[in-house]
Amino acid sequence: MNLWLIFILIGIAAFLIRISFIALIGRRQFLQWLRRALRFVPAAVFAALVVPELFYRSGVFTPASPQLIAGLVAIAIAWRTRSVLLTIISGVGVLWALNTVLAA
Amino acid sequence: MSPRQQFINGVRTVAPLAIGIVPFGLLCGVIPVNSGIPQDLSFAMSQIVFAGASQLVASQLIAAGAPWFIVVLSASIVNLRMLMYSAALAPHFAALPWRWKGLNAYLLTDQSFAVSVARYEQEPEMPFKQWFYLGTALTMWVPWQIAAGIGVLVGRALPPSWGLDFAAPLSFIAIWIPGLKDRPMVVAAVVAGLVALVFAFLPYRLGLLVGALAGIAAGYLFERARR
Repeated sequence: MNLWLIFILIGIAAFLIRISFIALIGRRQFLQWLRRALRFVPAAVFAALVVPELFYRSGVFTPASPQLIAGLVAIAIAWRTRSVLLTIISGVGVLWALNTVLAA
Repeated sequence: MSPRQQFINGVRTVAPLAIGIVPFGLLCGVIPVNSGIPQDLSFAMSQIVFAGASQLVASQLIAAGAPWFIVVLSASIVNLRMLMYSAALAPHFAALPWRWKGLNAYLLTDQSFAVSVARYEQEPEMPFKQWFYLGTALTMWVPWQIAAGIGVLVGRALPPSWGLDFAAPLSFIAIWIPGLKDRPMVVAAVVAGLVALVFAFLPYRLGLLVGALAGIAAGYLFERARR
């Protein structure tokens, strides 16, 4: 399928999600349980995205890799500093250092 | 307070957060072009979708050759959190005409939501709420598009040895970890991560869907059991 069409579909879905309750004002009480469940969407989605990427390299289960160690360091830095920039720099830095040491 | 003053207040309030998203915006230009998506399309995606995590998931899945409906579904799951933001903003935008509602919805981001709702709670009767919001939203949109544009232009020139494919999970970690504010959220994250890992053998990262749903259910049930 054409990539333009895929992006337009994702864009339409994103817009519908964003305007959902702004358009349906007045139904808030009815959807209390839904709001309580949606609170967990970021925590769950990002965990499900990140954890397998740390343990898999090119589609193969790899329980000990430089990426896993760099990822764990980045998680610790993110927890302590809450800084986007420091998290990305520390993760890339640790990965680069480990790859350099292992290649030597 | 005039509309103009409210707009400027919004710009000022969100400015530090807008600077913080620049590295992520760059990646949202770099990663699509390095996934083999043409430059013009990679840049257009930033305006059509305007949701970074969603754009990165779409790029990775397109590079993996996933069918179109899996790409659309997985890229949209990541955006479901914005239902929650929409619900929180809805009462403040209720009286606005549709063109305002549409514009504000398109521009909705984690950061604009967070600072606007915090401001509205401080001053529930404040005038020209939509102008404050628009100030925050455009202050996110403009630097984001510039960063993504630069990322698209430099993307192919970056050597693979820099490990930039690893920058996508790192940027997810940077958004995800600071958001874990209480124990039910940590439970949701741990369950989602473990279930996604167990089901990682499924094609097209369907493990993402299974893991995310398991995590949401776990967090919800854990919180309900505690009350």
